[in-house]
Amino acid sequence: MKNKLKFTWDVLKLPVIAVIVGFIVGAVCILIAGSNPATAYAALFRGSLGSIPSFGETLYKVTPILLTGLSAAIGFRCGLFNIGSEGQYVMASIVTVAGAWYLQGLPSFILVPLLLMLGILSGGVWGGIAGILKANMGINEVISTIMLNWIALYLSNYLVRTVLNPSTILGDISKGHTVIVPDAARLTKFKEFIPAFGYSSAHTGILIALAAAVGMWFLLFKTTLGYEIRGVGLNPQAAEYGGINNKKNTFLAMFISGGLAGLAGSVQILGLVYMVNQSTELPGYGFTGLSVALVGLSHPLGCIPAALLFGILDNGSRQMQLSGIPKEITKIISAVILVFVAGSLLMKYVPEYFEKRKMKRSGVDGGKQASAGAGKEGI
Amino acid sequence: MSKVVEMKNITKVFPGTIANDHVNFDLEKGEIHVLLGENGAGKTTLMNILYGLYQPTSGDIFINGSKVNIKGPISAISLGIGMVHQHFMLVENFTVTENIVLGNEPSLLGGLKLDMNTATQKVRQVSDEFGLEVDPDAFIEDISVGLSQRVEILKALYKGAEVLILDEPTAVLTPQEIEELGAILRKLTDEGKSIVLITHKLKEVLSMSDRVTVIRRGKIVSTLNTQETNADELAELMVGREVELTSEKTDKKQGDVILSVENLVVKDHRKLDVVKGISFEVHAGEIFAIAGVDGNGQKQLVEALTGLTKVASGKVKVSGQDITGAKPRKVIEAGTGHIPEDRQKRGLILQSTLAENLILGYHYIKPFANRGIMNYKEIHKHGNTLIQEFDIRTPDENVKAGSLSGGNQQKVIIAREFYKDPQLLIASQPTRGLDVGAIEFVHRRLLEQRENNKAVLLVSLELEEVMNLADRIAVIYQGKIVGIMDAKDASERKLGIMMTGGSLEEEGVRNHEE
Amino acid sequence: MNTAIILAVVASAIRLATPLLLAALGGVFSERSGVVNIGLEGIMIFGAFFSVWFTHITGNAWIGVVAAILFGVIAASLLAVISINLKGNQIIAGTAINLLAAALTAFLLELIWHRSGSTPICPDMLTSNPFKFLEAIPILGDLCKQFTPFVYLSFMLVFVTYYILWKTPWGLHVRAVGEHPRAADTVGIGVYKTRWTCVLISGVLAGLAGACLSVGTVGLFREGMVAGKGFIALAAMVFGKWHPVGALSGCLLFGLCSAIQIQAQSFGIDAPSEFLAMVPYLATIIVLIGVVGKAVAPKADGTPYEKD
Repeated sequence: MKNKLKFTWDVLKLPVIAVIVGFIVGAVCILIAGSNPATAYAALFRGSLGSIPSFGETLYKVTPILLTGLSAAIGFRCGLFNIGSEGQYVMASIVTVAGAWYLQGLPSFILVPLLLMLGILSGGVWGGIAGILKANMGINEVISTIMLNWIALYLSNYLVRTVLNPSTILGDISKGHTVIVPDAARLTKFKEFIPAFGYSSAHTGILIALAAAVGMWFLLFKTTLGYEIRGVGLNPQAAEYGGINNKKNTFLAMFISGGLAGLAGSVQILGLVYMVNQSTELPGYGFTGLSVALVGLSHPLGCIPAALLFGILDNGSRQMQLSGIPKEITKIISAVILVFVAGSLLMKYVPEYFEKRKMKRSGVDGGKQASAGAGKEGI
Repeated sequence: MSKVVEMKNITKVFPGTIANDHVNFDLEKGEIHVLLGENGAGKTTLMNILYGLYQPTSGDIFINGSKVNIKGPISAISLGIGMVHQHFMLVENFTVTENIVLGNEPSLLGGLKLDMNTATQKVRQVSDEFGLEVDPDAFIEDISVGLSQRVEILKALYKGAEVLILDEPTAVLTPQEIEELGAILRKLTDEGKSIVLITHKLKEVLSMSDRVTVIRRGKIVSTLNTQETNADELAELMVGREVELTSEKTDKKQGDVILSVENLVVKDHRKLDVVKGISFEVHAGEIFAIAGVDGNGQKQLVEALTGLTKVASGKVKVSGQDITGAKPRKVIEAGTGHIPEDRQKRGLILQSTLAENLILGYHYIKPFANRGIMNYKEIHKHGNTLIQEFDIRTPDENVKAGSLSGGNQQKVIIAREFYKDPQLLIASQPTRGLDVGAIEFVHRRLLEQRENNKAVLLVSLELEEVMNLADRIAVIYQGKIVGIMDAKDASERKLGIMMTGGSLEEEGVRNHEE
Repeated sequence: MNTAIILAVVASAIRLATPLLLAALGGVFSERSGVVNIGLEGIMIFGAFFSVWFTHITGNAWIGVVAAILFGVIAASLLAVISINLKGNQIIAGTAINLLAAALTAFLLELIWHRSGSTPICPDMLTSNPFKFLEAIPILGDLCKQFTPFVYLSFMLVFVTYYILWKTPWGLHVRAVGEHPRAADTVGIGVYKTRWTCVLISGVLAGLAGACLSVGTVGLFREGMVAGKGFIALAAMVFGKWHPVGALSGCLLFGLCSAIQIQAQSFGIDAPSEFLAMVPYLATIIVLIGVVGKAVAPKADGTPYEKD
């Protein structure tokens, strides 16, 4: 039992310390801004967890980043850096609004799942483009997905301004956003069946996100596809040797990853925003998703507490703002956590160190390979 | 004779192992001193300490009688110590000259401008002085392995080395090139240089050295004058017990053709032919070996046969099934097992557990998976069974493959491949980097396959291994098979001639291929 | 085709290429030594912000430039520590720097000027041609009228970069470290030290690139003004096969795309502005597809060096 606890600590040590460091740096920034970190953080947690409605607010903040976190996690597991979840999210959003408008005749129980599927597909296709570029041409997916992000943004802006604008469809005056998603397509809000949620906009999207997390856990660790994706991510040469089709799996991983980011967009549109706005900036959920995935150690179930943490930071920032602290503090805390995780010496060496201890304790003469320096052939 | 180098009571501890245990080693001026030991015995570690790449945990080093502290390669170089590494430390897309002067470049304008003219001049000077011919402007990626080794030696001499350490220098050379190397080394000692040769090969010890020090599991066993000892004594000292230098093989009748290769052509990434029309057959119940110096196309041949590289032209059939250019999965499904030459890069996913490694290649079929869902109960059961059967030293099947020793890692790969009961087993350098116990294990298993009427294609750089195990031997040279003979008719000399491209009719004519 | 328009487009292309070129040269140094620098974008953001801030404080844009360099170096140090000493994943480290830059500059913007979105205009800018005497040259002079000090600086740096990396002993060391760090180590070249220096140089250059975008173009800092240019610079570097002159051609190509986008009306191209805005990003992808198989990175690029 003691061994299991030690192992769990060894593995969780990194994200926990990263979070602590993030909060410390945040505290320093709060001090520079002239406020008291203690009251600031109290406001933060009160604002995000202090009551059921505020918890509900936190829940709806968690929803998109849990999904983009899952998106990043699947990518990482295949050795891919899907920085393109922003663009995939945007594409899904615009497709969802279009679908919601043009298919609004359908009954809700068909319409909503259909729209979510469309969202997954559009995100999947957008991610799949980068997947094909990487699998077949070896094009670095970091650069290609970032380019696709901006292309998606401008495409979305164009559609918002023209085809999907209330001025085009309804003959209204030109607006900076699309037509509004009709009631039939919207996700149910919690307060409709649990009055305790009061004013909060928490919606069933969180349940979809949680289901996706469980689904991804199952996919990664219980299916052949998951075995192959992980193999390609850990050692593509051995995977190829073992008959695994690297190209196919790279594409599938990007498609699934894109699909999850797309689902985030769909859920956000149908559950909360009900429209797409013109924007000069990318929404930002994708980048937060990267942090969620890393803090969650790229494990689908680990993404849940990680997303909760970032959701708390996001929601609580409003309360902090009311106390006069710039809301960017929480973005800084997020970024610092990411920086710390990036520098993790621990992430690589903890499992290895623990393995060696396990070997020694059972009297096995292992570990020689790992300790040999130049030239593994002989010491 | 004065002692140029004295290493006294050197101990080096790594986490989990003591690589050098109170080692005493000395080198006399003008001698060639071999440091002999199995893989993993501690020889390279000791010399890495002398060259400053490692710091000893305790102990002292004396150069020409004075105590020194060798903090790094620069210190070592300034003390006149040079090292030629087992894996060449050469930058592929630099020229010979650039590689030789790297770190000691002649310059103008107070270090702001590279003086390549002087550099080339100096390289020619050193080259002429010691009779080591090279083309200063050639790129390393274009020259042969033997030449690359010369560049490494020149590098050390350019920096003024009086003491030369060569780490496994003969691993990449043909028997004739080994003789040439021996001559070069003798010339160097005549000019007053002192040489340490690290090796695990008994043959070279006896032909090239003045003294030999045997090291075993980090401790010095004995230091002897070469003339006063022999191969058997050295082998026993190296391993600590009597060693079977040859394996017992039963007489076996050749069965059906399992692997048929016709006019196989494979190109490299620069579109040049590396396998130039190879044809051969491997029968059930035989071990067919392909011998040759590293870099003559073996790697690409094996990769083409296993679907890891494209086939430019030709035909490959396994058990009658055409698998030319087929993807690895199809090759596996046709009944092929493959022990890859690079076990860590190709053969295993080091960060995965043994259980997951032991199903790689057939992870998608029953009982390990059904309709895309994995059955981990079966997978673990399978893992445990194989661990027992092949005596893999590990606490359990959940350990990551990267924590195992080289020999045990190879066992994992063998266990996995043998479970498939493949009609054709391709074993590429299966005993590279393994200690004697593990080598014996691998040889036994390969012979077992042969006994069970399976076909084995063995690709190996070790002539002894090839002559020990094979029924028939082919020699590969520059992408072509230059001869196939029965093992009974083979001799090291014959094989050596063929490995350098010579033909047996011209025996006695030495081929300078460079 | 009107000469005036052609000149305008060429001048525009060169001006737009300049920040890309500075960042791309930074990328060349870093990656030639074996460190992938995805954080160029973030360092540019720092450069753009701090140059504006210090210009406001001191009233002198050159001091702003110095500040940009200083903070570029600080940001690059963070990347260096993570990538080199801690052997962390270089792509994540770079992405972390990018996020940190966006968050920190937004925070400081709020804190210092109590507004979000953009700073007020700087009292001093570097947007005019410092070498007035060149304007007398026919045709070329008209181009020079449109140049900023950064343009001249960046062109000069192309040749300086080439000279350093291919004509000096230290440059040979850098390239050796990027191809075969262990070989360099065994002849006594400090792998960590060399990589650190190169990453810091990339910090200087990317910081300059950021300053060029703010103080050298619009005279203020706006959130989101870098908009992926750090990544376009990386693509230009790949296109240029990690060679400064190649990077120059890559950046000019992208500059041209952006220039055409801006001048589209004069060409009679009547396309929606959003599609024109996409052009540089599409061009990047097309360029990357075009160089597939032909551009080979330094062998050790992206792999942390394990010194035993």
